[in-house]
Amino acid sequence: MIETIVNAGAVTRSPVRRTVWEWDGNYTRSAIDDVRLGIGYWPLWVRLGWQDVMLRYRRSMIGPFWLTISMGIMVLSMGLVYGELFGMEVSRYLPFLTIGFLVWGLITAMLNEGCQTFIESEGIIRQIDLPLSMFPLRVIWRNLIIFLHNAVIYVVVVVVFDVTLNGSLLLVIPGLLLLLANALWSATLLGILSARFRDLPQIIASILQVAFFITPIIWMPEAAHKRPLLIEANPFYHFIELLRAPMLGHAPTLANWSVAIAITLLGWGGTFLFYRRFHGRIAYWV
Amino acid sequence: MTTATILLENVWVEYAIYGLANRSLKKTLVDVASRGRLAREVQQELSRVVALKGISLRVNDGDRLGVVGANGAGKTTLLRVMAGALKPARGRIRRVGFTSSLFDVSLGMNSEANGWDNIILRGLYLGLTLPEIRALADEIAEFSGLTEEQLACPVRTYSSGMQVRLAFSISTAVRPDILLLDEWISAGDAAFVEKAKQRMNDLVDQSRILIFATHYDWLLTGTCNRAICLEDGQIVADGPVADTLAFYHGNQPAAA
Repeated sequence: MIETIVNAGAVTRSPVRRTVWEWDGNYTRSAIDDVRLGIGYWPLWVRLGWQDVMLRYRRSMIGPFWLTISMGIMVLSMGLVYGELFGMEVSRYLPFLTIGFLVWGLITAMLNEGCQTFIESEGIIRQIDLPLSMFPLRVIWRNLIIFLHNAVIYVVVVVVFDVTLNGSLLLVIPGLLLLLANALWSATLLGILSARFRDLPQIIASILQVAFFITPIIWMPEAAHKRPLLIEANPFYHFIELLRAPMLGHAPTLANWSVAIAITLLGWGGTFLFYRRFHGRIAYWV
Repeated sequence: MTTATILLENVWVEYAIYGLANRSLKKTLVDVASRGRLAREVQQELSRVVALKGISLRVNDGDRLGVVGANGAGKTTLLRVMAGALKPARGRIRRVGFTSSLFDVSLGMNSEANGWDNIILRGLYLGLTLPEIRALADEIAEFSGLTEEQLACPVRTYSSGMQVRLAFSISTAVRPDILLLDEWISAGDAAFVEKAKQRMNDLVDQSRILIFATHYDWLLTGTCNRAICLEDGQIVADGPVADTLAFYHGNQPAAA
C-alpha cells in the first residue's frame, strides 16, 4: 500500500493528501486543483486564522474585544462631534456611522492584509507544496472573526437608539457573503501583485485612505444629491450599502445588488485568469 | 499496489533576481510608460538565474538517491522542485507517493502557541487529518521528552534544546513514501541524539524513495544505493554511489 503514513494509530483517508502529483504545464488544471485543495485544507486555515486573532490579543484578558472597545469609543466620539457639526439627530446619525465604520473596517483590513497574503507565509510557501489558495482564505477568515466581535457594537447601538428593524435584516447574510467573495479574489490578486511589487501595499493603503473620505461613511449619501455620480460610481458605496441598509431596517437597492454582483463576476473571472497564469511563480516572488 | 516513483522530464527552473527598483510598481510603470527612457534602473537590475537546465531523471521504488554537487549547483532547487514547492518554468514532473520534506524541522512552528498546538499545526501542514494527528500526538510528546506541563506552555518559553527536540519529534513522526532530505538532521543533547539517529534511520528505512542531498561522503555511502552529481544545474553523473563520488571528486579536487 502506498499510504503508509502514520506509524501509530489508524490511517484515515484525507481529502488533501495527494499521492499522485503532476506538473506538466497544464496551468488550468493545476490552478483548479490548487483551489480545490485549498478549500480541503480548511482545518488548517481555520485554525491558523483563529490563532492569528488570539495571538494578536493574547496578553489582554478580554482578547479581541479590545478592538471592539476602541472602535466603540471612536464611533461614539465621532458620532457626537460630527452629528453636532452636521446638525443631525444623534439617534439617526450614530447608527448610520457605526455600521459604516464596522463595514469599512472589515473592507480595509481585508484589502490591506490581503496584500500580505503570500508574503507573510513565505517560509512555508518556498518549502512545501501547500495549496496557495488557502492563504487568502486564512486572511478573510481571521478578519471575519474580528468583524463578528465588533458586531457587538451594532447590537448596543440598536438597543440604545431603538433602531427599527424588519425582515430585510436577513439580507445581511447574502450581502456579507457577497462582500467576502469579493475580498477573496481581491486578497488573491493583491497578494500575488504585492509579492512581486513590494510597494503595492503602501499604494493600496493610500488609496483606501482617500476612499474613506469620498465614500459615504461619515457623511450621508443625501449630502451629495447634486452629484449622484460621486456615489453611484463608487464600488465601496454599493458594498457598504449591502450591509448597512438591512442593518438600518431597509433593503439595499437593485443598483447596489447589480453593481456588487457584476464586480464579483468580473473580479473572479479576471483573478482566475491571473492566478492560472502566475500561481506557479508565487514561490519565486515571495 | 502502486509503486512510488518520481519522474522528471526536461525540467527547467529559471527565475529573475529583482532589484529594489524592479520590485517597485511605481518605477516599473514609469519605465513601461516612458519605454525605458526614464527609470532605466528597472532594466539594469534584472538578472536571470537558470537553476536547473533540462533535468531528466527517473527515481524508482526502492531507490536511495544521493545528490552531490558544489554549492550553487542546484541541489536545493532540485529538492524543492521534487517537493512541489517550486514549479518548473518548463518540463514535466510526475510524482507518485505521499511525499514529505525535512528541509527545516521547525517549519511552521509558532513560538507563541503551546507545544500541543504546534503538534497539531505541523500535522495539518503535512496534510494529516485531525484524527490522525490525535493518534500521533502522544507518541510525539513522549519522544520529545517534554512533560505535559511544558507542552502546555508557549514554545517561546522553551530552551533552544527543548524547541529543537519538539520540532524534530513532530516533523519525523510521519512516515512518508517519499522522503526528501537536505542534509542529515539531528537534534538535542547526547541522549537525544542517539534516539534521533535511530528515528532517522527508521524513517529512511521505511520510506520507499529517499532523496538525500549532502556534502558528507560517508553519509551518502552509508545510506544511498545510487547517486547523481549536479553541476551548474545539470546532471553530470548518475550511477552507483562510489562511481558518482569518484567522478565528483575527480572533477573538483579543490572543493573536496
